[in-house]
Amino acid sequence: MAAITSDVEVEVRRPRRSVVVGVLLVVWVAAYFVLRGIDTLVLGGQETTPLHRWLTDHRDDVGQGNVFFEAIRIVVDHFVVLLQNVISQPSFDRPVPVIGWLGVVAISAYCAWAFGNWKVAVLTAAGLGFVGLQGLWQESMDTLALTVAAVLLSLLFAIPLGIWAGLSNRAFRVATLVLDLMQTLPTFVYLAPLTLFFAIGPAAATIATLIYAAPPAVRLTAHAIRSVPPESVEAARSLGSTRGQTLLKVLLPMSRSTVVVGINQTIMAALSMVTVAALIDAPGLGQTVLKALQTLDVGVAFNAGLAIVVIAIVLDRVTTAAGDRPWRTASLRRKVLLGAGALAVLVAVWFSRTYVWAAEFPSDANVGSRIAVVATDVTNWVQDVFGGFTYGVRDAVTIGLLNPLEALLTGSPWWLVSAVVVALAAVLGGWRGAVPAAVCLVLLVATGVWQDSMVTLASTLLATVVVVAVGLALGVWSGRNRRVDTWIRPVLDAGQTMPPFVYLVPFLALFGTSRFTAIAAAVVFAVPVTTKIVADGIKAVPVATVEAANSVGSSAWQVISKVQLPVARRAITLAVNQGLIYVLSMVVVGGLVGAGALGYDVAAGFAQSELYGKGLAAGLAIVLLGVMLDRITQAAARRTQNFQNRGDMR
Amino acid sequence: MKKLRYAGVLTAVALALTTTAGCGGEKVGAEKPAAGGKDCGTFNLTVSPWVGYEANAAVVAYVATKELGCKVVKKNLKEEIAWQGFSTGEVDVNLENWGHEDLKKKYITTDKVAVEAGSTGVKGVIGWYVPPWMAAKYPDITDWKNLNKYAAVFKTSESGGKGQLLDGDPSYVTNDEALVKNLALNYKVVQSGSETALIQAFRDAEKNKRPLLAYFYEPQWFFNEVKLVKIDLPAYKAGCDAVPAKIACDYPPYDLDKIVSKKFADSGSPAYDLVKNFQWTNEDQNTVARMIAVDKLTPDQAAEKWVKDNQSKVNAWLGK
Repeated sequence: MAAITSDVEVEVRRPRRSVVVGVLLVVWVAAYFVLRGIDTLVLGGQETTPLHRWLTDHRDDVGQGNVFFEAIRIVVDHFVVLLQNVISQPSFDRPVPVIGWLGVVAISAYCAWAFGNWKVAVLTAAGLGFVGLQGLWQESMDTLALTVAAVLLSLLFAIPLGIWAGLSNRAFRVATLVLDLMQTLPTFVYLAPLTLFFAIGPAAATIATLIYAAPPAVRLTAHAIRSVPPESVEAARSLGSTRGQTLLKVLLPMSRSTVVVGINQTIMAALSMVTVAALIDAPGLGQTVLKALQTLDVGVAFNAGLAIVVIAIVLDRVTTAAGDRPWRTASLRRKVLLGAGALAVLVAVWFSRTYVWAAEFPSDANVGSRIAVVATDVTNWVQDVFGGFTYGVRDAVTIGLLNPLEALLTGSPWWLVSAVVVALAAVLGGWRGAVPAAVCLVLLVATGVWQDSMVTLASTLLATVVVVAVGLALGVWSGRNRRVDTWIRPVLDAGQTMPPFVYLVPFLALFGTSRFTAIAAAVVFAVPVTTKIVADGIKAVPVATVEAANSVGSSAWQVISKVQLPVARRAITLAVNQGLIYVLSMVVVGGLVGAGALGYDVAAGFAQSELYGKGLAAGLAIVLLGVMLDRITQAAARRTQNFQNRGDMR
Repeated sequence: MKKLRYAGVLTAVALALTTTAGCGGEKVGAEKPAAGGKDCGTFNLTVSPWVGYEANAAVVAYVATKELGCKVVKKNLKEEIAWQGFSTGEVDVNLENWGHEDLKKKYITTDKVAVEAGSTGVKGVIGWYVPPWMAAKYPDITDWKNLNKYAAVFKTSESGGKGQLLDGDPSYVTNDEALVKNLALNYKVVQSGSETALIQAFRDAEKNKRPLLAYFYEPQWFFNEVKLVKIDLPAYKAGCDAVPAKIACDYPPYDLDKIVSKKFADSGSPAYDLVKNFQWTNEDQNTVARMIAVDKLTPDQAAEKWVKDNQSKVNAWLGK
């Protein structure tokens, strides 16, 4: 009976909301034709507002010469340099690092085997060997050292914070806001000031990476803890467990696999920062990519990008295997084998300290330059074959969708746009949507970059819709099918960690410098995370529930739409949020390929000192857009869910 | 259990392989690096992200290392951050500075942490360029007065019905919005946002015969690949760019210069004299840049090659 009444409920409710939304949009378009061009708050490229100039003047006020920052810098610097000395840089008066390539491969494979399984151990050895054959051993080790440092440091804060946010509602609300800020505030905004506090070098690069990479771990840990069924917690409580026991014996073990997804995402995010961090002299593969792109050498850039992807895949698979490994004490047999393995590792390390061939990766394989040549050829071929067609697609989408949307947003007076957005938020999400939307809009006007924000908003909306659609489809597909999942994951990992500029050059050739190019790049970057979270949510739907639906003869479509998607709703909401935030975190990269608007403002603020304040304001505007869209979608999702629950209750 | 056995076998095989293959080969530290020479010390050299700069850096670093026995630490930094580095003491030398009067004022005049170290001898040119095929097909396009006639040709999805004038990396000086307005051109300035996007646009325009009008500059390695043609804007006269909003003339010729930190200038290091005396021509820089960008030599190899062919110039820098 519940199902029937809920259907009725939906039928009665849905049309009314969509009609209201439709009427609002029609009124908006009508008003646009009457009022266009009034109060659009245009600000030219080199123009600034008093707020911008004030921000420029006070750029260096925070923390310069501060003992606190100095202490952090010294600790982080020593940690990274130590790691570099061990695996990548000549150190301690020797022409080679403490541990040569053979030792690094042996140790990594052994750890992968000990914490995961032998399959990932083989993968680790093969992956690292491949990177070495590419001729990028030292660069890769520099990148690895920096990434490991950033990830370990961020987990140190992220996991406890995530647990706290998982247990306390108030902490959760504050954390979400701060995390949104950390993830969407473009790195370019704080990159230059960071070098002032933390000096040019590994420490600043690590901290920049850390700021961007920590949020997914916090978010997914909190999400995991909150997703533990209340029944389990109740059961533990009724058996007399203390809070600490409940946390350690029930909450953490039950949320382990999602926490590991969070750690994976942190690793991916850290690796995706490799090129950006190279702008402030972070050592490693990012330098290779940037240098290659100065001469538009896509092949060499791709080669280095591929090394980043391989490292990402290895780290991801090892952590996943470690997360899946059941917690039990090893058998005697395994203990013996582990002991023997440890001995073999020691032998390998000794070799790598003694002989040159085991210390420096042999450089005669030359796989790297062959990969570079192939990549260049493929890129050229794609450009030649699809060049004309892709320009057509771009023009169709731009003229048919993007330009009208942008005209509506930028041409309407700011108060009209604000009124419509707040009204929409109220209809879709109630006061929980309307209040944050109103606050964000007021602050957006205050930033002085309203018009640019609207241009960016138009592209962002379009990109996010595509990301969510593609991410849902792929996520459901790979969540239901293990084989698809195995095949699709390396592609997703590549999309997330391949430095955008590597594929931006071919994209530029295919689509020219345009807003469309920026949208395409954002989609490539944001689809993987959306897909992964959706797939994780679909997999977490209890098998019994799906079986039950199957046994009553539901079709695959019915199972997906009536069982799996509703049950995985929480994960899907998170996926939409992350998709949106990843799109927004690409706004600046979009600014580098012709999207203009906020992305360009931020990049210009990084490059020209007198525009710093405007860049910061534009960065904050990106954050505000993110917070606004996120709160509206969250509120709307919550409302839909409430209606369904009410239906079920009757 | 079965898995464990596999793992055991694998380890055993790996162990056997390493022990049999390992014994032999050169030992670490057998080959001693050559000892450094005179007392020059270490200096930090910023490397800005373009190939022309890299050519300067390569040659100076090569000469400083080989002839003076200095240790040169190259740091890959964006310009703005490099200037910041003068105040934190992490950058000593900038070998190619394009104008940046505001930064000079802040770090040289106000903060007194940096000083000028003379011209590099390289002349910078900024302007509007079209790909060579357009100059051949429309010979009169190189005069700015005819630009409005061709505005429709340059229309794209981004330019809102007007002709498109593509601008580059936000780091570079641009008056283009003022120029378009003051010369009454029917064009819209579209920001490509990066040098990569700009070069790719020109490469594509020449290859597929697509129209393109864009901001560009010399010296640039890309001129080795495509000889872009400059549009003649109203000639530059001293003072015609005094008020940014009213500019209606071409960009001034830039004398690219060197900046060093005050600390480095006062150190009395022979490297400072080298940096101060370093001067060459656009031609020289292009030769080295070409070796790096097109022939794919490492900066060090390229520098070595150039120094061998131009020993007399190098001797002049060293005061020999």
